[in-house]
Amino acid sequence: MSKKPEDLKLIDENGRRIDGRKPDELRPVKIKAGPLYRADGSCYIEWGNNKILAAVYGPKETLPRHEQHPLKAIVNARYNMASFSVEERKRPGPDRRSIEISKVVGEALEHIILVEKLPRATIDINIEVLDADAGTRCAGLTAAAVALADAGIPMRDIPVACSAGKVDGQVVLDLCKEEDNYGEADMPVAIAPRKKEILLLQMDGHLTPQEFDEALELAIKGCEIVSKLQKEALLEKYIKEVGRENE
Amino acid sequence: MSESVVSEIKRKYMHKLAQANKRIDGRSFNEYRPLRIETGIIKKAEGSAKVELGNTKILVGIKLEQGEPYPDTPDSGVLTTNAELIPMASPEFEAGPPDENAIELARVVDRGIRETEVIDLEKLCIEPGEKVWIVFIDIHVLDYDGNLFDASSLAAIAALLTAKVPNERFDMGEDEPLPIKNDPPISCTFVKYGGVIAVDPCLEEEIIAEARLTVATDKDGNIRAMQKGLSGSFTIDEVRKIIKAAVDNGARIRKILNESTGRENGKEN
Repeated sequence: MSKKPEDLKLIDENGRRIDGRKPDELRPVKIKAGPLYRADGSCYIEWGNNKILAAVYGPKETLPRHEQHPLKAIVNARYNMASFSVEERKRPGPDRRSIEISKVVGEALEHIILVEKLPRATIDINIEVLDADAGTRCAGLTAAAVALADAGIPMRDIPVACSAGKVDGQVVLDLCKEEDNYGEADMPVAIAPRKKEILLLQMDGHLTPQEFDEALELAIKGCEIVSKLQKEALLEKYIKEVGRENE
Repeated sequence: MSESVVSEIKRKYMHKLAQANKRIDGRSFNEYRPLRIETGIIKKAEGSAKVELGNTKILVGIKLEQGEPYPDTPDSGVLTTNAELIPMASPEFEAGPPDENAIELARVVDRGIRETEVIDLEKLCIEPGEKVWIVFIDIHVLDYDGNLFDASSLAAIAALLTAKVPNERFDMGEDEPLPIKNDPPISCTFVKYGGVIAVDPCLEEEIIAEARLTVATDKDGNIRAMQKGLSGSFTIDEVRKIIKAAVDNGARIRKILNESTGRENGKEN
């Protein structure tokens, strides 16, 4: 949250946001399951101006062997930003921010994977941010969940994420870049939609308890919309594949 | 990039196919895989291109920053090429700093662009000896099914041809197209296995290949660069045949490149 320029208005007199959206409106989201050939499962997501690829490899034997867990699978998530995905070129390789995101996203996904069914195995999840525009961890987690399903990894549910926050005193859904930079709060949320379990929750900025309730409700509403798109993307791929086999 | 293994039975099968004049994916030996080039897909990058060569997918992004020139070329911009073989692209790729394969790939792509002087680096000087533009070519391999050399150089060239100098971001007036000096070379890679020579190897062919030759040609059908790899050998006749095939394929690839970057007959638009 940077200091906002004096004359910048994030919400206009008609209640519209800087990119023309209503407070409870998502950016356009497009999801495609299985775009990659080598990976066991993959997903491409466009969320506003974010473009993100996720790939899953596994389950496979954990090597070296002494790192194997005798009772469950190890889930390795790696969130990485392409050096050309941001305004000022990012040096390749992990920084502190991407290491933290990898950790929280990996932990959120691990909860929903039936890791106890896959002892001594590893599941690698790669999230590559190709073009970044605020909300990459939510979009990345959403894509990773589809890639896991595409890879046939046993899961209790298909996780989904969306952020809510506060700009110009108003609680809004799915912050864009300007709102993220100059807003008052940003709160990424990931849920397992079936039971509404919260898998990831982060917040920075300033919210009253009432605003938090409102933001959480809004984020969950966003998650539910995106969850439908995830399932449609998976269905589209597999309906196509079955169709081809029947020809 | 040959840590992957192909089973002995598959190797024998591919050799048998070769004797019957067939390839494992059904192509003829002089047939390039379907090629798709898409440019301008990354909003945050100054230039970008995605190349799909069969199942191989490469994304290249161009970023421009300002910095100091090298002391021996004080009035020239700086070109830097970097390749990332990210673990997404193949089960054999590992996270971490670029390994020798990534460095070789980046250097081969860099050499083609640098030696042909595709970019007019002298026009990228802001203040001689003080401030110049630094052009970063970042190669991101997304999906690996062989022939990274051709796909990566093509993606890098397509991204450069459609890149802009971000003057606006540095309060230096309007953005302008990246200055292009010479027509880019088109590289075409061949492998030899089981007594046959195949253009544009897929992953399995790359793994069992005995020798590899990459030939870069210009728009007049002249040779601009060659690189032989692996421990096998070619006869003189084979090299001549490869060069001819590289010229033919190069012309076809150049047409696709020009269409996708809006350049007609190799002229600047």
